[in-house]
Amino acid sequence: MMSFSKIALLTAALALSACAQGGFGARGANTVDLNAAQGALDPASPAYFNQTVGDRVLFAVDQSTLTPEARATLAGQAQWLMTNAAFTAIIEGHADEQGTREYNLALGARRANAVEEFLVSQGVAANRLRTISYGKERPIEICSEESCYQQNRRAVTVIAAGAGA
Amino acid sequence: MTRFLSILTALALSLTAHTAQVAAQTSPGPLRLEITEGVIEPLPFAIPIFIAENAAASDAAQDITRVISADLRGTGLFREVPASAHISSVTSFDSPVQYADWRAINAQALITGSVEQTSNGQLVVRFRLFDVFADQPLGDGLQFVGSPESWRRMAHNVADQVYERITGETGYFDTRVAFISESGPKNARLKRLAIMDYDGANVQYLTDSRAIVLAPRFSPNGDRVIYTSYESGFPQVYLMDVATVTRRPLDALPDTMSFAPRFSPDGNRVVYSESVGGNSDLYLLDLNSGQRTRLTQAPSIETAPSFSPDGTQIVFESDRSGTQQIYVMPVSGGEARRISSGDGRYGTPVWSPRGDLIAFTKQLGGRFHIGVMRTNGSEERLLTASFLDEGPTWAPNGRVIMFTRETAGADGAPALYSVDISGRNLQRVATPGMASDPAWSPRLP
Repeated sequence: MMSFSKIALLTAALALSACAQGGFGARGANTVDLNAAQGALDPASPAYFNQTVGDRVLFAVDQSTLTPEARATLAGQAQWLMTNAAFTAIIEGHADEQGTREYNLALGARRANAVEEFLVSQGVAANRLRTISYGKERPIEICSEESCYQQNRRAVTVIAAGAGA
Repeated sequence: MTRFLSILTALALSLTAHTAQVAAQTSPGPLRLEITEGVIEPLPFAIPIFIAENAAASDAAQDITRVISADLRGTGLFREVPASAHISSVTSFDSPVQYADWRAINAQALITGSVEQTSNGQLVVRFRLFDVFADQPLGDGLQFVGSPESWRRMAHNVADQVYERITGETGYFDTRVAFISESGPKNARLKRLAIMDYDGANVQYLTDSRAIVLAPRFSPNGDRVIYTSYESGFPQVYLMDVATVTRRPLDALPDTMSFAPRFSPDGNRVVYSESVGGNSDLYLLDLNSGQRTRLTQAPSIETAPSFSPDGTQIVFESDRSGTQQIYVMPVSGGEARRISSGDGRYGTPVWSPRGDLIAFTKQLGGRFHIGVMRTNGSEERLLTASFLDEGPTWAPNGRVIMFTRETAGADGAPALYSVDISGRNLQRVATPGMASDPAWSPRLP
């Protein structure tokens, strides 16, 4: 039984890393199915971080200010990162398609940085975090309506193995 | 009553159009097309298929004639009188022109030419241009010699000559366009850096699709392309040598992102944005010495720079006022002056090669526009409107702008379009698939 749950965990972690690589905050359907089959998630797993803590925060149009809801999510992220010191994170900043390409790159950098600064202010070591902006290059929702745009104006904290730079 | 009025208006409109046409047809004086005129009736020209001096040149003669005609028609300034209407047939390059026959079909310009494949494998293209209503040649006959593979360039060179002699403006047909070729679904786009002739021919890919690439720009003599790539995992500026397809990253500092690079007019410097701690500012890099100068120091976003053609000023966008607006500053940095003043957001300013105008992207009320304004911000004119137009680039003569137009929705796709600075002649540019971020080359050397 012990070895079975170890294998299950490994499988979940593998699915997760594939998800992170395919990336840009897409919630991989495989990951969800696997974990549903396994019941409760290991609180120390990246899958737990993604699904229970919440790996993303959303922003208002053309803004990089953290909403109260975003701060609550990020406080949970900081807690998790401090508890699970074997992981690092890359924070992806994204924008919706309603902006010019290079401005959106700069805006995504601002959003990722707002998240990084908050996590550091909560006690996460800065050398465990890195930011990247994708601007409008990687929408997660593809319709051209506000319902999609609001999901795309996001910063996603992608967990990776490693103790930090 | 309303109906009566609208009929009257329609009548007035058709009358105006009619008189404009008549005026164009009977205007006296030498053949001359003023591009700056408000209303332009396309100037009719005839171009009998170029004489093939030998059998080996037969296909090239037809192809070259077709490309010259397409170049001229594509400007919206010329229309071809179809061969089916020709009365005279040109049987030899040197035979006398029967002006009356061309006047009879109202061809104001006549282009004749010949193509020969020489014994050493070279292609020789000759042409002459005639002002039909003045009964005389317009300029001297010219000859181009090149390899058979360069037949398109020779055709573009002939078209450039015709365009220049009739309009007095520099032609832009012998040019290339760097762009981003796109494929795949909207949430997992694959992007490749590519270059092609201005008319979409001869597409060449310079990168594979493994890394996102964005917003290329040509060096002033067209030998290098500078662009942003994610190939290191993070966005960085790269310099690509077009002939050898070799590249190197520029100024890769740890934990920074560099993007939006543009060449100086002398090709020796690059201005670009670097984002440190989420704050994007402009930097100037000397390509020879590697020396880097920070041009802006503001907590706001500073990006999308563009040099003035004399190299003394830089136009860029900043949201320091709270929204994206356009500013001009000296090339050494220092105080910037805001030039955009209308409603909405202004981005991606690009200085015209003539120095007189700045093209930009404007967002207003959920729509995107390409527009132009004077370098002091006056006389703003919007040329296009759509769900998403962005990223203008100038033809080297400063008369035509190419840009990205993206359609809305889950199946939305980007394509390249061109438009006159008058707002006329909006056209889709042929590309093999989805395409974005065009950058027009200078006239090729």
